[in-house]
Amino acid sequence: MEKEAISIKDLHVSYYGNEAIKGVSISVQPGNLVGIIGPNGAGKSTLLKAMLNLIPKDKGDIKVFGKTVKEVRKKIAYVPQRNDIDWDFPITVLDAVLLGTYPNLQLFRRPKKKEKEWALECLQRVGMEEFSKRQIGELSGGQQQRVFLARALAQKAELFYLDEPFVGVDASSEETIVTILKELCLQGKTVIVVHHDLSKANDYFNQLILLNKELISFGEVNEVIQADIIEKAYKGQFAFMKEMGV
Amino acid sequence: MAFIEAIMQYGFLQKALLTSIMVGVICGVIGCFIILRGMALMGDAISHAVLPGVAISYMLGINFFFGAVFSGVVTAIAIGFVSQNSRIKHDTSIGIMFTAAFAAGIIIITLLKSSTDLYHILFGNVLAVRSSDMWITLAIGVVVLAAVYLFYKELLITSFDETMGAAYGLPVRLIHYFLMTLLTMVTVASLQTVGIVLVVAMLITPAAAAYLLTDRLWMMIFLASGIGVISSIAGLYFSFTYNLASGATIVISATAIFVLVFLFSPKHGLLWKMLRVKKKRASLI
Repeated sequence: MEKEAISIKDLHVSYYGNEAIKGVSISVQPGNLVGIIGPNGAGKSTLLKAMLNLIPKDKGDIKVFGKTVKEVRKKIAYVPQRNDIDWDFPITVLDAVLLGTYPNLQLFRRPKKKEKEWALECLQRVGMEEFSKRQIGELSGGQQQRVFLARALAQKAELFYLDEPFVGVDASSEETIVTILKELCLQGKTVIVVHHDLSKANDYFNQLILLNKELISFGEVNEVIQADIIEKAYKGQFAFMKEMGV
Repeated sequence: MAFIEAIMQYGFLQKALLTSIMVGVICGVIGCFIILRGMALMGDAISHAVLPGVAISYMLGINFFFGAVFSGVVTAIAIGFVSQNSRIKHDTSIGIMFTAAFAAGIIIITLLKSSTDLYHILFGNVLAVRSSDMWITLAIGVVVLAAVYLFYKELLITSFDETMGAAYGLPVRLIHYFLMTLLTMVTVASLQTVGIVLVVAMLITPAAAAYLLTDRLWMMIFLASGIGVISSIAGLYFSFTYNLASGATIVISATAIFVLVFLFSPKHGLLWKMLRVKKKRASLI
């Protein structure tokens, strides 16, 4: 059997004693496109940040390709939520993508021609090369998200963690992003996406992590998207889910 | 042109000019990172917080550089400690800590009964720059510029997207305190020229003007330095010619440049923005 891409055992995370993640255990094989879904405040982003070792865990064990997160950090590309970024920052689109090459550059080494060409190639892949000299704030939401995906591609990572990549994004950008994520999975990369609702979940992902502080369900999409399981996660919000035809 | 003749003639004025130019450069460079990280208030705090360190250094008879860096960094750590370990917000924590340090500094200096020194430390007296001060400024300048050059990549990424930096393993907290240390050193270098109270203006105003002129960080750094240098020279001229406090004239010069840029900057200036709106509306009629 192949080595697991991500293996989480009995993870507990809390903020000042308030539990945000309770005893989550997950194991993801390489080549999967996994959605993390759940109601507001379910700890979706917290789980992602804990998986990146950005916030301390109270208990549990996280292994990536059988190693600790610290050992394989540079192989994990992270795309933050759009509103975590200062879009007025004096940086051009190409330079923002170039940041993706930084994890693989040594201290004191600058990105050279080789890195710049690679960054431009990544920008082409998301269809944004004609905007390379623009300041990032001049782009639409969908274009900005594509640029950040290009940055993640530039990192040549094995794992891709995306936090709410489809918020404020136009339909065509959303399609481009999903297509690229699916391509990455075909190449054997593993992609984890925090997603805010259940709509299109079965089109986008092949596995789902349904979370509401505890792990409600984890598995293939069609196993997870079942009325009784969804109800358990969303509780009162279920009436609204029914209307959406889930 | 009496000013230029005077510079040729008087050694003290040459020292003043060289020191102000160096201060203009390093304040501009560090100022860019300070404003992009949203730490303008922190810049103000740290510059005030060096006062007790300077006072104690005088008391002990050691170079004020060491005391100033020590009290500046201790205050930065105290600010971070309070805001991270309580519900107190960051700006409140800054307000508590830097005023405390500043107040302690005033008491110590008053006890030392040297109120003239206090006046100079607070408001600067560039015309009294000694050779030793000039060399300290030069050394600080070299360290600051080398640090920014060598760690440009790390400073850029932690300023723009700190989470990404942390995700791939950068010591973001260490980088923060490293920048605070550079900030303290810049403050010390600026003590003689603009004084503690107005250092923050030299950090923020040229960088803010540069921010309105370009969309590239390296360009912003060069422009901020340039604006800092022009302000310093202009300020020194007015200070010398009209016998005014050098800190005040330098800061007013920087502010004048900022106002011009704010109005006339090609891309982000108020005037062109208004003209673009007008043109657009006219085209729709």
